[in-house]
Amino acid sequence: MRFSPSALDRKLIRDLKGMLGQGITISLVVAAGISGFLTLRATYSSLLESRDQYYEEYRFGDVFAQLDRAPESVAERLESVPGVALVHTRVAESARILMEGPAQTPQALILSLPPGGDAPLNQVLLREGRWPGAGESDEALLLDTFAERWEVAAGDTLGVVMNGSLRSVRITGLATSPEFIYPMPPGGALIPDDERFAVLWMDRRGMAPIFRMEGAFNDVVVRMNPGALEREVLAGIDGVLEPYGGRGAVGRDLQPSNFILDGELEQLRQFSTVVPIIFLGVAAFLLNMVLSRLLHLQRTQVAALKALGYHDSEVGLHYLKMTLGVVIAGSVLGVVLGWYLGRAMTLFYGNFFGFPILGFRMGWRAPLAGILIAGGAGVIGAFTALRKILALSPAEAMSPEPPARYRPTLPERMGLGRLVGPMGRMVLRELGRRPLRTGLSALGIALAIAIVVVGRFSEDAMNYLMEEQFYRAWRENVTVAFTGPTPERAIREIAALPGVAHAEGMRVTSVRMYAGHRWRDVPLQGYPDEVRLRQLLDADGRLRAFPEEGVVITEKLGEVLGIAPGDSVRVTLREGRPGEATLRITGTVDEMLGMQGHMRLGDLNALLAEGPVVSQALVQIDPRDVEALEARLMEWPGVLDVASRDALVERFREQSAEMLTVMTLILTLFASVIAAGVVYNNARVAVSMRERDLASLRVLGFSRREISTVLLGEMGVQVLIAIPPGLWIGHRLCVWIAGTVDPERYRLPVVLSAETYGFAVSVILVAATASALLVRRKLDRLDLIGVLKTRE
Amino acid sequence: MPEPVLTTRGVTRIYEMGEIEVQALRGVDFELMESEFLVLVGASGSGKSTLMNILGGLDRPTDGTVHFRDRELTRASDRELTEYRRNHVGFIFQFYNLMPSLTARENVALVTEITRDPMPADEALALVGLEHRLDHFPSQLSGGEQQRVAVARAIAKRPELLLCDEPTGALDYRSGVVVLEVIERVNRELGTATAVITHNAPISAMASRVVTLHDGAIDEERHNETRAPASEIRW
Repeated sequence: MRFSPSALDRKLIRDLKGMLGQGITISLVVAAGISGFLTLRATYSSLLESRDQYYEEYRFGDVFAQLDRAPESVAERLESVPGVALVHTRVAESARILMEGPAQTPQALILSLPPGGDAPLNQVLLREGRWPGAGESDEALLLDTFAERWEVAAGDTLGVVMNGSLRSVRITGLATSPEFIYPMPPGGALIPDDERFAVLWMDRRGMAPIFRMEGAFNDVVVRMNPGALEREVLAGIDGVLEPYGGRGAVGRDLQPSNFILDGELEQLRQFSTVVPIIFLGVAAFLLNMVLSRLLHLQRTQVAALKALGYHDSEVGLHYLKMTLGVVIAGSVLGVVLGWYLGRAMTLFYGNFFGFPILGFRMGWRAPLAGILIAGGAGVIGAFTALRKILALSPAEAMSPEPPARYRPTLPERMGLGRLVGPMGRMVLRELGRRPLRTGLSALGIALAIAIVVVGRFSEDAMNYLMEEQFYRAWRENVTVAFTGPTPERAIREIAALPGVAHAEGMRVTSVRMYAGHRWRDVPLQGYPDEVRLRQLLDADGRLRAFPEEGVVITEKLGEVLGIAPGDSVRVTLREGRPGEATLRITGTVDEMLGMQGHMRLGDLNALLAEGPVVSQALVQIDPRDVEALEARLMEWPGVLDVASRDALVERFREQSAEMLTVMTLILTLFASVIAAGVVYNNARVAVSMRERDLASLRVLGFSRREISTVLLGEMGVQVLIAIPPGLWIGHRLCVWIAGTVDPERYRLPVVLSAETYGFAVSVILVAATASALLVRRKLDRLDLIGVLKTRE
Repeated sequence: MPEPVLTTRGVTRIYEMGEIEVQALRGVDFELMESEFLVLVGASGSGKSTLMNILGGLDRPTDGTVHFRDRELTRASDRELTEYRRNHVGFIFQFYNLMPSLTARENVALVTEITRDPMPADEALALVGLEHRLDHFPSQLSGGEQQRVAVARAIAKRPELLLCDEPTGALDYRSGVVVLEVIERVNRELGTATAVITHNAPISAMASRVVTLHDGAIDEERHNETRAPASEIRW
C-alpha cells in the first residue's frame, strides 16, 4: 500500500520545505551545539580511557624513587612497607649519545631491563626490532620519539659515553613505555624534549658492570595495594631508602611524563566539561528563542485549524512534529559530526601522546543527553509560543493583533527625535516597544559573541603565560644545568666565554614542606643578591621584590598548607645535609605557574650546609652565539644540559599550540555557526513580522533602500547593543573556565587579547552583514499588492 | 414547521481593550432555522462578526445562552466546542484562511479527514466548479477561486450550518456572484441552514429572512416574499 500522509502532514512537509533557509540554520545551531558537546566529551573520555588502559596494560608504577645505591636485598624491605604490593628495582644511569654534527651530544637515560625484557612494572613496549640479548653490554633498545627525530633505525649503531668511556651500542629495537609518553629529561626540565633526550634500555646483567652496579639498584618502581594511602607508602619508602641516599619517593602525579600528560589532559578536561555545557546551553537558548518566534508567525494558521474543528492536541502535535523535524535533523547531523570529529581528534591526540592503545567510544549517554537538552529546549520554546496562541479563542487569533502601542522613546522625549528622522524614530520605537524581545535578541547575539571569545581563550592564556614566564620573569636566553652543586667559580668562567653579556648562578633544591598534617613537595629556588636575570611577577604582571630574608612562597602554596607570612614551616631536605630544618615565611607571591619558594642563594646554601655553590647558570648572550656556547659547554664535565630559551619556547609552542590550535579552530567554527544562525533567524523572523508595515511604506513611496534602513537599522542596533555584554559574558565564562583548572598546577590568567575581542566582534559583524544581505534580497522581492490584500 | 438549529437568548459580549470596554453585543435574541437562508446585515462595528463567531463556537458570550438544537454551547468545554465545529459547522471567512502550503484538494482533505461522514474532496470541489483546479496551490488561484475552495472545504463535511463571514468582501463583483451562487446551491440542494453576514445590502435579496444589527442589538427583521437568485444581484 502506498504511504499517503494526511493533509496536515503534507502541510508539515511543505512548511518545512518553505522555511528551508531558517530550518537549515536552526538545525545547524543545534548541530553545532550537539557536536561541540559530543566531540569534546568523547575525545576526553576516550583519551582518559586509552591512557588508563595503556597504564594498566603496561603496568605503570604508582610510586617512583631514586637513590644513590642500595644492595638488592633492600628490595625485600621495600616490599614489606605497608601498602606496597610490588617492587621493581632498576639501575638508571645517565649517559651521552654522540650524534653526528657539532655539539650534538644528547643526554641519555639508561635503564636496566630484567632478563627477557619482561619488567613487572613500567613495562617496555617494543615497537619494532628485538629485545637486547641476555647479558649483552653493547645492545640496547632506543626510545622511539628520539629515534624518529634523529632517524635512527633498529640495527643502527650509536656511540654512547657511559661512565666516562665511549662504547658502541647496537640499537636492536625501538621502544617506549608509559613513563616516557613525554620524554622529560632528568633534572627538573619543564618541557619534554625528544631531540636532546633519549632513553636506552639495556639488559641488566650487561649494563650493571659498566656502572659497577652488580647486585645493587638505584631506581625503584612500586605498585601500591588498592586502597593504600599514598602519603604513608611514600613515607615508608623514604624511611627505608634514606640511608642509601634516597632522594624522596614521589607518587604518580609527580612522575615527570605523567605530570605533563595530566596537564595536557587537564586542558582537555576544561574544554570537555565546561565548554560543551556552554555550547549546548547557548544553542538550546537560541533554539528556544528562534522557534518561539517562528511559531508566533503561524498565529492565523493555528486559529484557522482550530476554527475548522482541530483539537488543541492535534494542532500541538502538528507543531511538535515541525519542531522535532528541525531539531532531529540538527541532532542527527550533530551526532554524526560529533562522532567523526571526536574520532579524528582522539586519533590526533592519541598519536600526539603516542598511546599504543587507542579506543574511541562515544557511548549512548552523551548523545542522548545532548539531544534531550537541545530537543527539550526547542520543544519548550515552540510550546511557549503555541500555548499563547492556543489560549486565544480562534476568533481572536484570526483577527489581526491589536495595534501595537508605540510611544516616543527616551531619546525622543529628551528632544533628540528630530536628529534621527522618521526612519530612525521607527527603528527606535520598534525596539523600545518590545524591550524584552529586543533584549532577548541582543542576549542571543551576545551569547554567540561570548562563545567565540571562549573558543580563543586558551590560546590567549597560553600566550600571556609564555610571554610573562619566558620573557618577563626569565630574562636569560640560555640556562645551563649542572650535574650537581657546582662552585660559583663556574659562573665567572661562563661569563668570560665569547658573546656572554651576563651570567649568574642559581640553586634549586627540592624539599618537602610540612604544615601540620599537610605537606607538598616543592622546589626552593635561591637567587644571588644582585639578581638581574630573574624577576618575581604576580599574576597581574606586577613586579615583586625578592626576599631580603626567609622564604617567599607562591600564594597558592600558602593557601594549600594554611600558612601565611610570619609563620614558620618544617622542611625535609634532600641534598647537602639531609634532615629537617625550619624556614620562616616572609611573603607570598601570586604566581601563575606551579608552587615554589624563593629565597637568597646564600640562605639556601646555608640551609643545606654548603658553601657558595650553584646548580644552574643563567646566561644572557647574543643569540648568534648561542650555538657556539652550547657546543663549548656540553664538553664541560659538570654540565648536564644547556637549554636555549628560544628553543624551549618553540618546543613549548609546538607541544601546546598544536593541541590548542585544533581545539580553537573547532570551537571557533562552531561558535561562528551558532552566531550566524542567530543573527540570520532574528532577521528573517523580523521580516515576516513586519512585512505588512514595510510593504505599506513602499506603497507610500518609500524606496527599497529606505525600508531596508528600517529593518536593518533594527538589526544593527540589536547587534551593536549586544557587543559589549557579549564580550563581558565571554570574559566571565573564561573566568569560570579558568576556575576549573587544577589550581596547584597553574592559575590561568584571564587575559584576553585585543585580537580575540576583535575576532569575536568580526565574526558577528560578518554574520550580521551576510544576514542583512539575504534579508535585503527578501525585501527587494516584497509583493506589495499581495501583502496588502491579505489580512495579517 | 422547521425547528431552530441555533437559538440565542440575551447574548452579550464585552471586549476589554486595554483600559476601555467595548460592548459588541447587547442582549441578542435570535434563531436560525433548519434549511433557512439568512442574511445578517449591518454597518461595520454593529456586532455581526461577533455574533457569527459566537454562533460558530469560535468565541463565547460574556452573558446569555446559545443552544445548538438542545445542546447549550455556552456551557460546553473547549473540547466540546471543537467537536461542535468539527462535525456541525462549516465556516467561510472573508480572507479564505486556506493553508498556503496545501493544494485545493488537500485544503479540503484537511477537513474531510477529521469528520465522520464527509463527501470526497473531489466531489466537494466539483460542487463549487473547481474540478479542474484540484492540485493548484492557493497562490495559483484567483481570489474567487480561493473562496470557492473555502466553500468546498466548509461543505465537504456536510455541515448542519454554514456560517459565512463577508464571503464576498475581498472579491470583485464577478467572483463574488459566483461564490454566492455556490452558497445558494448548497443551501438549496443540501438543505444546510446558512447564515451570511455582510455589510453589502443588495445581498439580502437572496435571503429568506434578513436580520439587521445595529450597535450590538437586532434592529429589524423581515421575511422576503420572493428570493432573488444570486445571479441577479447587482452591487
